[in-house]
Amino acid sequence: MGSVNWLKTHRNDVLLIAILLILGGALALFLYATRQTGGYVSVQVGGETVMELPLGEDAQIVLGEGGHTNTLVIKDGTAQIIEAGCPDQICVNQGAVRYAGESIVCLPHKLVVTVEGGQADDVDATAK
Amino acid sequence: MKASKVAQYGLITALALVLSYLESLLPPLGVPGVKLGLPNLAVVFALYRLSWRDACVISLARVALVALLFGNGASLAYSAAGAALSLMVMGLLWKTGKFSSVGVSVAGGVAHNAGQILVAMAMLETVRLAWYLPVLWLSGTIAGVLVGVVSGVLVKRVPN
Repeated sequence: MGSVNWLKTHRNDVLLIAILLILGGALALFLYATRQTGGYVSVQVGGETVMELPLGEDAQIVLGEGGHTNTLVIKDGTAQIIEAGCPDQICVNQGAVRYAGESIVCLPHKLVVTVEGGQADDVDATAK
Repeated sequence: MKASKVAQYGLITALALVLSYLESLLPPLGVPGVKLGLPNLAVVFALYRLSWRDACVISLARVALVALLFGNGASLAYSAAGAALSLMVMGLLWKTGKFSSVGVSVAGGVAHNAGQILVAMAMLETVRLAWYLPVLWLSGTIAGVLVGVVSGVLVKRVPN
């Protein structure tokens, strides 16, 4: 069975694979093209939003207390946790986030930092 | 059910189970969810040798057994969704009679990964996972070609 023969008998398979690859590529392009840089980050502790911070203003904030802290830094339109008082350090190792929908999670402290599109409700950091 | 059918089911399901276990021993391939889909060898074989219904029984039996033996509730939901979507797509393509095991298993691999991502997006209530889709789409295509070629050879060579 030569390779030319294989192509002939498997014409439909090859077509199907080509179509799937094109669709997959189109999907990747679509996701890439529609990504949005975030406008602000929303900080949630235990499911409650405690803070919204615009990504446009550099800031450094210590969240939590008594050794159970996370230090959130906003710089150049990105948000990052640079210090955490938890053993696993997953949130620190995750690095910086900047696109709408991305989030940093610290499970031990029930902390979620999510990048949101658009603008913060209040340009000043709102502490609710 | 005839005894020979029971024996066939048992044999192929056991094979699928062993392939699942074998795959779990392989080192992780970088992105969660990227895998070879070795158990699909048994399912595609059953599809071409027996029937779509037989392939469904074997595939779903494998999913249930893997969840009982190695998994938990969450992994059951992921793999059941992947298997169900994959079986539907593979059944449809197989029925047209226009595709070989390669095309069928490629479509099955992609459908399997898409099903898993959709369930993960629903369970975690986030659309952010959509980013995984193109990666898993591509890996499903490549894995599907490999599985399709091998199971095609098996269907041809393994004596009845």
